[in-house]
Formats: sequence, structure tokens, C-alpha cells
Amino acid sequence: MSERTLRGKAAIAGIGETTYYRHGQSPDAEFKLALKAILAACEDAGVDVREVDGFASYGNDRSEATRLAAALGIRELRFSNMHWGGGGGGVAAAVANAAAAVHSGMADCVIAFRSLAQGQFARYGRAGGASLAMGEDAFTQPYGLMSPAQRFAMKITRFMTEHGIHHAALRSIAMASYHHAQTNPRAVMQGRPLDEAKYDASRWIIEPFHRLFDCCMENDGAGAVLVVPAERAKDLRHRPTYLLGAAQGGHHRSAAPVHNAPDYASAHFPTVARNLWAMAKLSPADVDVVQAYENFTGGVLLGLVEHGLVKPEEANAMLVPENLYAPTGRMPLNTSGGNLAECYMHGLELVNEAVRQLRGTACNQVKGAEVSIVIGGPMVTPVSSLILGTEATL
Amino acid sequence: MSTTTNALPAGMPAPGSEPLTAPYWEGTRQRRLMVQHCQGCGQLQWGPEWICHACHSFDLGWEEVTPRGRIYSWERPHHPVHPALAGHGPYTIVLVELPDAGGIRMVGNLLCAPDALVTIGAEVEAVFEPHDEAQPPYTLVQWRLIG
Repeated sequence: MSERTLRGKAAIAGIGETTYYRHGQSPDAEFKLALKAILAACEDAGVDVREVDGFASYGNDRSEATRLAAALGIRELRFSNMHWGGGGGGVAAAVANAAAAVHSGMADCVIAFRSLAQGQFARYGRAGGASLAMGEDAFTQPYGLMSPAQRFAMKITRFMTEHGIHHAALRSIAMASYHHAQTNPRAVMQGRPLDEAKYDASRWIIEPFHRLFDCCMENDGAGAVLVVPAERAKDLRHRPTYLLGAAQGGHHRSAAPVHNAPDYASAHFPTVARNLWAMAKLSPADVDVVQAYENFTGGVLLGLVEHGLVKPEEANAMLVPENLYAPTGRMPLNTSGGNLAECYMHGLELVNEAVRQLRGTACNQVKGAEVSIVIGGPMVTPVSSLILGTEATL
Repeated sequence: MSTTTNALPAGMPAPGSEPLTAPYWEGTRQRRLMVQHCQGCGQLQWGPEWICHACHSFDLGWEEVTPRGRIYSWERPHHPVHPALAGHGPYTIVLVELPDAGGIRMVGNLLCAPDALVTIGAEVEAVFEPHDEAQPPYTLVQWRLIG
């Protein structure tokens, strides 16, 4: 039996995004943003958008595949796919699902995308107005535990206390994103640098490890990638970015209700990361540049640890700004500014940045980058991650 | 009125009772801490689910457990996530592990000063917080340090 793998079977041939806007500032409706990002990804690849025959998204994206297909005049829709879970836990999975579709022959040319005009919908950090908390929420909301930040903070306190990791490690993660955003014209936080004093003076969102700058932004925009079979990608405009590894899911009972996961202080990557490295046939030492989804900086820490990129006992020494800054850092992290400072596009912007790094066209280019990891939204369930590589890594 | 002694201000969401969870909320009204107890294999399970995750029995009864535990993790929100919390200031949420109940964990507020030191591993006991004025009335389970 032949090996079952996606390694080297599919490639990202095009990337696209809209202008990234601050919360509520998009002049365009969310669906129009989706259309613009998809057209941009096709244009980047040099592929007629009418050739697209599939759409994959996540986070309950409101821009439905069938409406997109109709609006864009898609000739034939062969694949539509929505990955379960909120936020950006599914960003890598959406790309992987697109890759699986083109590799299996279910489709030939699939867009993985996220469109999100948060200013046109509900605000983060504010619970809805329901007076009765139902289901699992009945055991948390009456106690004032109701936002994603609060759900995840409980894990972060436990993990960081257990391992003696200082808040300064999280500060470095935030500073890396802001540092990289300063040279990125797409970044909404370009021109608004962050230093240690500004971070330390920022207000508490949740003690003991969540200051304002540990939390993602809310933004308006859309991003998209075009996924095609590896053979097809070779004939297109750009150097192909190959999918080397992909994994999604969660470890045993990671979604057990009311904070009862047996392995609790986790971003839910232990088994996902194992499967990811196995498919990629690579190890953490092979990674040149890291894109790790920042919903909260604590989740970045856990994601890095669970992918073997940082050891818990070395986190305080490793997670200092100079190690995380491109181009010279030991582990360049979130080189476009990521969710904290480029745009909170639920991690799709991290996929685009990984592709730019591997094409050699990033604004904070890591010299000779051949392998990039994209870690999707941590601490939700299911989670997902990706390893991308250049032709030299095949 | 019990509102002056409650951990959080009036106007927070009330727990909705459903068939799956009703025995728990009926228990707290009587100052008893009830959790799911599998009649098939004896596993204690929390939060409530329709099936035992260990043996797949649907025959899940309820058992009273000792209302004591230790702090497994904690957090202190400052940002008001709900209109009722506006202007209230920081409050403390604990995740309490119940060693006498198979290590299941419960979420509640720690009754303490807003700047009190919180230590993982500290022993706590349940404090039943009745909301008799609510329609229907309900009782939350809060926690305080022992000793």
C-alpha cells in the first residue's frame, strides 16, 4: 500500500488579502471583502477565478461557498468545506482540507479563505445579553467566566506557574509582532511601536498573565490562498509553496466540559504536533521561520512548547526579543506582525506570510527560508497546524 | 436580600436548568454538591454529559461529593465582559479540583479581597450562595480558603 500523506502533493500557488482595517473601518461589506481577497489570490497565481472549483473555510465564516460560487461565476463547484470550531483554530485545517481535496481528485483548484468584518458584527470581550446561561455555560457564566480570554487564562496560569515561566516571555512575543509590523505596509499597527515600558504600563485584562498587549486585535478584512495539485503549481507564476505536513484535532478529551480535560494546561497540540512532524518528516530544528497564531500570547507560548520549538524550562531564556526578531533571531516569530499587529484575520495572514517568506518576498525576510510552520489558533478545539516548504525541501 | 453578600453584582446570567443538569441545581438548593455517577462502572463525571466517557453507559446517576477541594488554577479578570460587571473591578475565578471526587474540577469565584494572593494547591471549601429572589431561585457554588 502506498504511503498515505499530503507531503508534497499540493501547493499554495497564490495568496491574496484586502486592505486590513481597524475594527469597524472597512468601507466594504464582509462578503465583498471575501470576494476581493479571493480575486487577489487568483490574480497572484495567474489563474482565472472561474477555474476555482472549491472553497474551504473555518470559524463559521459567513461568506458561504455557494454564494461565492454564484457571485464569481464559478463554472462548477466540486468542493465546499467548513471546519468546525470557533476563531482561528481551523486556519491550518482549512488549507489542509483544500490540499486533501485537490490531492484526492475531488477538486482541482480550491480557495482556502477567511473573511471577517468584526466591526459589522458582535464585539469581542463582551458577552451577549442572555439572562440565562444554558448548557456548559451555566457552570461558568454566572461566575463571570464568559470570554475566550477568560477560558484560556485558566490554562495559562496553570502552565506558567507549573513551569516558572515569567510574564516577560509573553511580553517578548507581543514585542516581536509589533517590531515586525513596523516595516509592513499592510499592518494596521505600522507606526505604533511597542516597547517594554509601554507593555508594562498597559492595563490588565486578566491577572496574572494578560495585559492589553497580550490580546489580539479586532479587525476587518479578508485573506485567501489558492491551493492546487503540486504538478499544476510548477507551471504557474510563482515559486510553489508546498504543503509538507498538516494535522488537526485534539488530544484525549481535550474538549471535556467545564475545564475537565485530563491534560488541562495545554493548547491542545500534543497529538496534532506529533502527527504534523511525522507527515512532514522534519523536526523543529528544520524550521527557519515560525508563524504562531496569537489570540493571546500565552497560547503562542503553549503552541511553541507543544510543537517542540521551545522547551518549557528554556522558555524564559529563549523568549527574549532578539531571538524572535527577523532576520537575525534564532527563531523569527510572526514576521509580518501577525494577529497582534498586522491584522487579526484569524491567522490567514500568517499563512500568507509563510508563503511570502518561502518565496523570498517578505518585508522582514529571513534569509534563505526553506521551511515555515504555521500554528493555528491555540487552546480552542479542534486546533490545527501546517508545515510549508520550498521545492528544495521535497 | 442576599445580593449584598454575593461574589458578583446582580444582573449576571443565571444558570439555566435543563434535564441533563437539573439534579445538580436541585442539589445546590439543598446545599449539597452533586455530580454524575456512572451506574455502569462507578466513574464520577463532570461536567454533565448524556453518556459515561469511560464505559459508554447511559445509566448516569448522581452522587453527593465532599464540597472541598484545592485550587487547580485561577484568574482575576479586570475587563468587564458583562454589563453587570461594569465598574465592579477585579474579581477572582478559581478552578477547583476535588480530590475526594476522582479529581473532577469545578469553576467558581474565590471569596477573597480583589488583591488577595492566590496559590495553586491551596485548600478550599464550597460556600453555597443562594439567589432566592431570582425567578426561579437558584444557588451558586463559591469557594473560600480553609483555615
